Amino acid sequence: MTSIQTEPRSGSRSGVGASVPRPDGTLKVTGEFAYSSDLWLDGMLWGATLRSPHPSAWIRSIDIGPALAMPGVFAVLTHEDVPGEKFYGLEHRDQPVLAVDQVRYQGEPVALVAADHPETARRAAAAIIVAYEPREAVVDPRRAAFDPSCPPVHPHGNLVRHQPVRVGDRFQAEVVVTGEYEVGMQDQAFLGPESGLAVPAEDGGVDLFIATQWLHVDQDQVAPCLGLPKEKVRLSLAGVGGAFGAREDLSMQIHASMLALRTGRPVKIVYGREESFFGHVHRHPAWMRYEHGATADGRLVYVRAEILLDGGAYCSTSRAVVGNAASLGVGPYEVDNVRIDAYGVYTNNPPCGAMRGFGAVQACYAYESQMDRLAEACGLSPVEIRIRNAVSQGSRLATGQVVDSPAPLAGMLRELAAMPLPGSTVTRRSITEPSSAKPSSAEPVPDLRSLPGGVSQTTHGEGVRRGVGYGVGIKNICFSEGFDDYSTARVRVELLGGEPHVLVHTAAAEVGQGLITVKAQIARTELGIDKVTVAPADTSVGSAGSSSASRQSYVTGGAVKAACEAVRERLDSLRAGDPELGLVELLERFGPVEETREYRHRPTFPMDPVTGQGDSHTQLALCVHRAVVDVDVELGLVKVVELAAVQDVGRILNPVALEGQIHGGTAQGLGLALMEEIQVRDGRVLNPSFTDYLIPTILDMPPMRLSILENPDPHAPYGLRGAGEPPTLSSTPAVAAAVRAATGLELPRVPIRPEDIALAAPS
Amino acid sequence: MNHHITLVVNGVVREASVPARRLLSDCLRHDLGLTGTHVGCEHGVCGACTVLLDGEPVRSCLTFAVTVDGREITTVEGLATGGELSPVQRAFAECHGLQCGFCTPGFLCTATAFLRDNPAPDDEEVLEAISGNLCRCTGYQNIIKAVHRAAEIQAEEAG
Repeated sequence: MTSIQTEPRSGSRSGVGASVPRPDGTLKVTGEFAYSSDLWLDGMLWGATLRSPHPSAWIRSIDIGPALAMPGVFAVLTHEDVPGEKFYGLEHRDQPVLAVDQVRYQGEPVALVAADHPETARRAAAAIIVAYEPREAVVDPRRAAFDPSCPPVHPHGNLVRHQPVRVGDRFQAEVVVTGEYEVGMQDQAFLGPESGLAVPAEDGGVDLFIATQWLHVDQDQVAPCLGLPKEKVRLSLAGVGGAFGAREDLSMQIHASMLALRTGRPVKIVYGREESFFGHVHRHPAWMRYEHGATADGRLVYVRAEILLDGGAYCSTSRAVVGNAASLGVGPYEVDNVRIDAYGVYTNNPPCGAMRGFGAVQACYAYESQMDRLAEACGLSPVEIRIRNAVSQGSRLATGQVVDSPAPLAGMLRELAAMPLPGSTVTRRSITEPSSAKPSSAEPVPDLRSLPGGVSQTTHGEGVRRGVGYGVGIKNICFSEGFDDYSTARVRVELLGGEPHVLVHTAAAEVGQGLITVKAQIARTELGIDKVTVAPADTSVGSAGSSSASRQSYVTGGAVKAACEAVRERLDSLRAGDPELGLVELLERFGPVEETREYRHRPTFPMDPVTGQGDSHTQLALCVHRAVVDVDVELGLVKVVELAAVQDVGRILNPVALEGQIHGGTAQGLGLALMEEIQVRDGRVLNPSFTDYLIPTILDMPPMRLSILENPDPHAPYGLRGAGEPPTLSSTPAVAAAVRAATGLELPRVPIRPEDIALAAPS
Repeated sequence: MNHHITLVVNGVVREASVPARRLLSDCLRHDLGLTGTHVGCEHGVCGACTVLLDGEPVRSCLTFAVTVDGREITTVEGLATGGELSPVQRAFAECHGLQCGFCTPGFLCTATAFLRDNPAPDDEEVLEAISGNLCRCTGYQNIIKAVHRAAEIQAEEAG
């Protein structure tokens, strides 16, 4: 039997389930929290990167002489200076550390400079003379996928992955709807650009302080390129200014380390915003053809789909993105006959990889658009068609995988539809009149700030139509398709100043999501000790895996829980001879107790390469959204009036932090629906700035109504379900559907631009 | 050629020798070591670099340091008084008005000036006041709550 001090204490005031404030909150509001861009060492140098202006070109020569001759320049490096392997990559090592004889995308790193001042470094980089011989750029992903005469971007061809899904053979139905859909290239647009500090070490290695999502996979890629054993490349997490997938691939890690090793000085690299747009992967743009067949009463008979994802110049995580798009390509609906072909291709467009929602986002926009078309064809409401086809526990997905934990989609939709709708956009007062003045007529006066166009006052209400739309999404949580997905936690209980204290140490990246809070909450709940410190993340403890795929609460949370349980067992066995011994006496007598544990979720399995069958996911999460919009149909301006959501998270670990995740994910989905797109023409990015790449402001993001359900997943720690990504899926199709409802337009592409509405042919 | 400037930063007289093109954001971060002011976009869109210049919010990434010679500047490091967090700082931490926190210093400076001028704002006024600051993590809902909460704390302490 465990003692009172150490048994799990779910009722802990600041344990699991409580709205515990962030432990880093005070540092972040005082300006003391050190982001990777804030790091500073006396005598450090600044690194800068010369990037290719061409999407596709041979490099005939590089003359570093003019740069080297500049005062203040300490080193100028090209691919010839890479000490070890010249290529790296997350899934496939196809990306050069520095371009080797050719460039495959605009912005590809070609050379590096270290100098005593950032301006000197930038000017020196600009002074390097590179002789390029531009060649035809492959910019059409359809051609890359299907045209044998298309030039290969890589010697092994342009197809990164083709994943089919094949179930059933009945592809005829009473009601058939088809559609072609397109999703633009979205950027993660974290606010803290890529940055880090590399410090040469006495043992010939390097210490790297870096904002990343996965320290150990960085280490796995950096060390071979530096020609160093892994133990000589030590990474510590610096403050991370947001991630959303963009920090899963390397950016400046190898570059800063190379410069530091070459110069023997600490080297800091900080990207500017423009460089950041070229310095990380984006969300894959997608082109999708769907055909849905159903009975006259709206029950799905079959789904056929072709999903084409442009991975750009390098592989990054394209294979896994294709796997998600294929396995989740019909959405959370029961359908017996499925034929999906998902393709990821190489082109000379910007490289694409991880972004929140990861392949499931693109498919969700298309299948939800199809469900609305089907509803219309069957004379059903958007909610009813979804309820009729909704998965539930025991349902079989298109991959043959059985949903083996609660999936109460029909109930979630009913709850969402029953939420009150916001009133029409009228106001307490008009901006043009003093607040005390009474409106001159009995008609309510619209608040111009709340209409489409806002303070631009582009309408007084004329031409404004309201629309309501629904979206449903299903996301796999944790890594899928047989990946050995685990995390490691070290937990130590000791006396500090005579009081029991817990130290939790993992390598998991806190990127803003709040894992640092959750780890401490778990330790409090499991050990019943209120004083918990979360140690900084670094590679001196085992891998935690990536802060992505909504997986850290599950996997690192599970590892912290397991390590705490092991500590509890040790304490119990130490106490065995003397059951009356209190925790303080126990620790006084035996010293600190420390345990390290790895935690793995249930194994997953590859998808069959021909049929797509397989239990490829370990957990699935659902979110549903309802969007209410006002659209100025004359100008094409959209104002989202309200977003409501119902999400099942299994178990709430921290209510206020969870709501923040749902709000933030929803906002990014809204951005994809209405404004966010990296515009690429002929392989070149047209809008690499926050002036031209728009992300939602507070005026774009409406109030939210949330209902959070707790139907536990028996396989997961505490029954929790990963929560960060699902809201990013469903908010996009909900907003798009609402705009369609307001305008009557088909709108087969997101983001929906003003001209898509204002210049559309009247229907 | 460098210019010698004197700034009163967070109540302390600071001197720097800077070229005319040195941005106030770089001067604060690099010359004076005050890295709490963040640079997110370098051209005045995101608002992360917002500081108070003689009490008014300005984009430090759009301001040349030499143009504010002799003026008073408050950065996020100067919002707390005597080790006590200001109402705005407390409210953002309490209400989970931040996640990654990179945008937070700009929001705090903007909200501090706003609540000084308008201590009891309504929803629309709050939205308008902070609409020039971008946040990528929170979806803004808890930031709105935090600004209202800060107004409450301010009123409680004044009362």
